[in-house]
Amino acid sequence: MSFIDINNVWQEYGSHVVLERLNLQVNAGEFCSMVGASGCGKSTFLRLLLGQEAPSRGTLLLDGKALPAEPDSSRGVVFQRYSVFPHLRVLDNVAIGLEFPQARLLGRLFGARKREARERAVWMLEKVGLGQALDKYPAQLSGGMQQRLAIAQAFIMQPRVLLLDEPFGALDPGIRKDMHALLLQLWSETRMTVFMVTHDLSEGFNLGTRLLVFDKVRIDPHEPNAYGARITYDIPLNEARLAEMTGTAPENVYALRS
Amino acid sequence: MRHINRHPTRGMRFTLVLLPFVILLAAYFLGSAVRLEANPQDKLLPGMQQMLDALSRMAFSPDKRSGDYLFWMDTLVSLVRLLTGLAIASLVGLCIGITAGVFPMWRASLSPLMTVLSMIPPLAILPVLFIVFGLDELSKVMLIVIGITPMLARDLEHRAREIPPEILIKAQTLGASSWTLVLRVVLPQLLSRLLTSLRLLLGSAWLFLISAEAISSTAGLGYRIFLVRRYMAMDVIIPYVVWITLLAWLMDLGLRQLHKTCFPWAEGGKA
Repeated sequence: MSFIDINNVWQEYGSHVVLERLNLQVNAGEFCSMVGASGCGKSTFLRLLLGQEAPSRGTLLLDGKALPAEPDSSRGVVFQRYSVFPHLRVLDNVAIGLEFPQARLLGRLFGARKREARERAVWMLEKVGLGQALDKYPAQLSGGMQQRLAIAQAFIMQPRVLLLDEPFGALDPGIRKDMHALLLQLWSETRMTVFMVTHDLSEGFNLGTRLLVFDKVRIDPHEPNAYGARITYDIPLNEARLAEMTGTAPENVYALRS
Repeated sequence: MRHINRHPTRGMRFTLVLLPFVILLAAYFLGSAVRLEANPQDKLLPGMQQMLDALSRMAFSPDKRSGDYLFWMDTLVSLVRLLTGLAIASLVGLCIGITAGVFPMWRASLSPLMTVLSMIPPLAILPVLFIVFGLDELSKVMLIVIGITPMLARDLEHRAREIPPEILIKAQTLGASSWTLVLRVVLPQLLSRLLTSLRLLLGSAWLFLISAEAISSTAGLGYRIFLVRRYMAMDVIIPYVVWITLLAWLMDLGLRQLHKTCFPWAEGGKA
């Protein structure tokens, strides 16, 4: 039994088929990069994993249980934009993740517990290199720093699955490289299962332990929406990195390829 | 150079700001002087001296009959009505706006209702308010509340729906419940918008206040203006109108300052 099990998933909007017959098994700790042309369902698949949408057909299992039908703290997310709260300072943006689950009534901690949450948030922010910007508002940060903040928010929750929707799509190439290093470092420390949608092929190849290519197998030129995309290639990457991570031989990566 | 690319310099700008005010005042006092020249008893365009006399009579000497300083009493009574109305409308508008903006189930009922209610001309139901709430304070406050709550609620609902869905999803992945999400993510962002909406609705609020006071009241700025109209006392009406304008402008300024202090993140984040 794998950690995430996707069985025969279809996603249709009316007569528009986006995904068809999607099957996928992913083990805990894998880092899946997802690439493909625009509009071929990568982001739709991510929304399914997130619980933002329910599949038209098929099942998504996490640890053998159906994925909750709404976003929750088992799955963290970083979007390309609008990932941070504009009205909170950097420190509160991260500390709020520790406050929400503990303070069901006010969503806010007080006294010693608040101090403790803030200390952990500071520790996390220092890890992503935002230790100098604790009192700033997101609007005062550069694009790269905002994404660092979003990553810190996601990681402090220690979710079992991390979903990244083109997280570095809007950043300069130089800054993007720094972000890759940061992401890999955090991933190797936490051993989270990561799904990342990207438009940048080299990013997909460099970061992941597994590359999923989404594409349409069948195309009807008169009815372009009649058929959906599938995973056409499933390529194991950086096997040394994965072996180091999971401590086992990476055979299971090939499970899908028959 | 194209006109769209010509910008005033600092001094020029200042002059341009003052210019229309100066022209208006000059035109008025010129007209007033001409009429007073012809007839010193003219009441239509009182001069500065007549208005100052009237103002000192209203503001700095007690009324012969009641012993009150009418100007200040009117101001106090009107402001209490206005602020009570605005406070109630803000509270109700915020609750409805957030509920309709965040919860789709509630939006299905509330949103069309608010759209229809906001189309009712509040002054048309003023008689109903007088019948239902009586002729004293309550009906005047209710007119303001009924007049601006639907607009406020609709504006805040739209604002709540403009919050990017990514933000709400992010909050859920951080473990927020519906309630804590509203409390810590939606509410702070909408409070900022509330102040801006209130600024825009101040004009309407004054309109409703003065209408209600004009029709049935025993004190208040609007009441006084309509009372002295019978004697064509322009020397009282004009200072009152200027005073109301000044109060409204100061409230607008106050709200803008409050917004700057409380919500630096909404002003481009310059904390």
